[in-house]
Amino acid sequence: MLKIENVSKLFNPGTLDEKIALLGANLILKPGDFVTVIGSNGAGKSTLMNIISGVMKPDAGKVYIENQDVSQISEFERSRWIGRVFQDPMAGTAPRMTIEENLAIAYKRGKPRGFSFGVSGKTRAIFRNELSRLGIGLENRMGAKVGLLSGGERQALSLLMATFTRPQILLLDEHTAALDPARAELVTTLTETIVREMNLTTLMVTHNMEQAIRLGNRLIMMDKGKIILQVNEDRKKDLTVEQLLGEFEQISGKKMADDRVVLG
Amino acid sequence: MMTSMIGAVESGLLYALMALGVYITFRILDFPDLTVDGSFTTGAAIGTVMTIAGSPPWLAVVYAFIGGGLAGMCTGLLHTKGKINGLLSGIIMMIALYSINLRILGKPVVSLRGEANLFESVSVLVIGIGLVIAVMIALVLFFKTDMGLSLRATGDNNRMIRSFGANTDTTTILGVSLSNALVACSGALIAFSQNSANNTMGIGMIVVGLASVIIGEAIFGSKSILRAVIAVVLGAIIYRIIYALALRVPWLDAQDMKLITAVIIIGALVVPTIRRAVKQKSMAKKRTEDVLASLTTGRNGGAR
Repeated sequence: MLKIENVSKLFNPGTLDEKIALLGANLILKPGDFVTVIGSNGAGKSTLMNIISGVMKPDAGKVYIENQDVSQISEFERSRWIGRVFQDPMAGTAPRMTIEENLAIAYKRGKPRGFSFGVSGKTRAIFRNELSRLGIGLENRMGAKVGLLSGGERQALSLLMATFTRPQILLLDEHTAALDPARAELVTTLTETIVREMNLTTLMVTHNMEQAIRLGNRLIMMDKGKIILQVNEDRKKDLTVEQLLGEFEQISGKKMADDRVVLG
Repeated sequence: MMTSMIGAVESGLLYALMALGVYITFRILDFPDLTVDGSFTTGAAIGTVMTIAGSPPWLAVVYAFIGGGLAGMCTGLLHTKGKINGLLSGIIMMIALYSINLRILGKPVVSLRGEANLFESVSVLVIGIGLVIAVMIALVLFFKTDMGLSLRATGDNNRMIRSFGANTDTTTILGVSLSNALVACSGALIAFSQNSANNTMGIGMIVVGLASVIIGEAIFGSKSILRAVIAVVLGAIIYRIIYALALRVPWLDAQDMKLITAVIIIGALVVPTIRRAVKQKSMAKKRTEDVLASLTTGRNGGAR
């Protein structure tokens, strides 16, 4: 489904600030895989997401989606396959447009956008139905501007917009990190339900160790631009946060340095 | 007095198309496009020259529309593909158009006297109202289509719309083209109403457009696209009325108008900010007093 082959990325190449963001990273996601990604500051987690989604192009290596080399395809063209939720709740929605207009934009993911009305009687019924699955009453406020919603509501809407067209790959980049605990829990639960019900192939970056272990069927750990540990389904079931931190120290020879890490 | 008011409404309607163009770039795309100063004259030049060359005036306006669109497309290309700062792209095209407009006109001033005119059989008011209403309806409908939604999202959150597969370069170029097409169309209509075109008639036009947008939105609000579009048109008319009134002040001259326009814009931008700040401050003061009051009564209640 998704294959990352020997991908490397340098920031500020040839300057004093040169920084290796990714170094020969390899990863394969099978259809239906739900992989959580953890790692210390500057491990390359966000770069990995940006390389997959096409925001950045790799300096070396290739990205394949459904066996097709997409390494040089631009972000907007890749969005045909990829749904994405950002960390910033403001990033995934257009604030001056209404809830139904935002959904109409998401509904046309990867399709040509012509002169038919984005919100019609038919699509509005679809949107209402989808919104009701969130269970937070947004289906009754479809004409409201998204800028009026709370951070949690906006992130739940972003999640719905990223998923309801069944993308081949779902990328979640710390999408609960900017929310208060109660909202974060709501969005986490919604994520779990939506990914399971739609059987989406998912890659989720998180700072929450407990969440990384609880969610998904696989876990990977990154450090200094490399994937240093892959935990498969069988082992992940019995994993604890202590074991995970111990494992990190053993492989990288240092303590997990992450100012935002949540042990859960 | 009455005739000057009617004249103000008439030219306000014709300038309204230009204001709508400015609204598209300035408000919807969030792209301050200065091409307007050049493309307005381009429209006037194309309209005039085509008419003198014998094409029917309405067709000349269509050509002006296309010419303005091409100018806007160049600005859009400079900004998106050339990665030039938006303001600078507009300035570059404005300067380039100054020469191009002179080439089209052939000389600095071209008169339409004795030539066919769009307004010879139908009055400015009728054509103005008809055209403005048609453009308003077309714009409001367009901004509800899938393409229109992606254009609005480009100005609102371009990271988001890219992640849903829209090419923001294309939507930006489309928006800037549409905007300048309307501006040029307005320029041609003004040329017909003044019976001439000259190479400097577009200077300061962006400021007039901004003034119309800001005045309109300040008075009539901009909650929905429909409301904003109506507000911009009324803003353009009100601006012309202010202009006409200012000209009647004995010690003010036509040449002072640019300064007056600048003052109007500054006022329209600064007054709401001040009003908001004052309101917030008094609200905070009142709430603090309320909270303090509830605290003291609470304590007193406990002592008794």
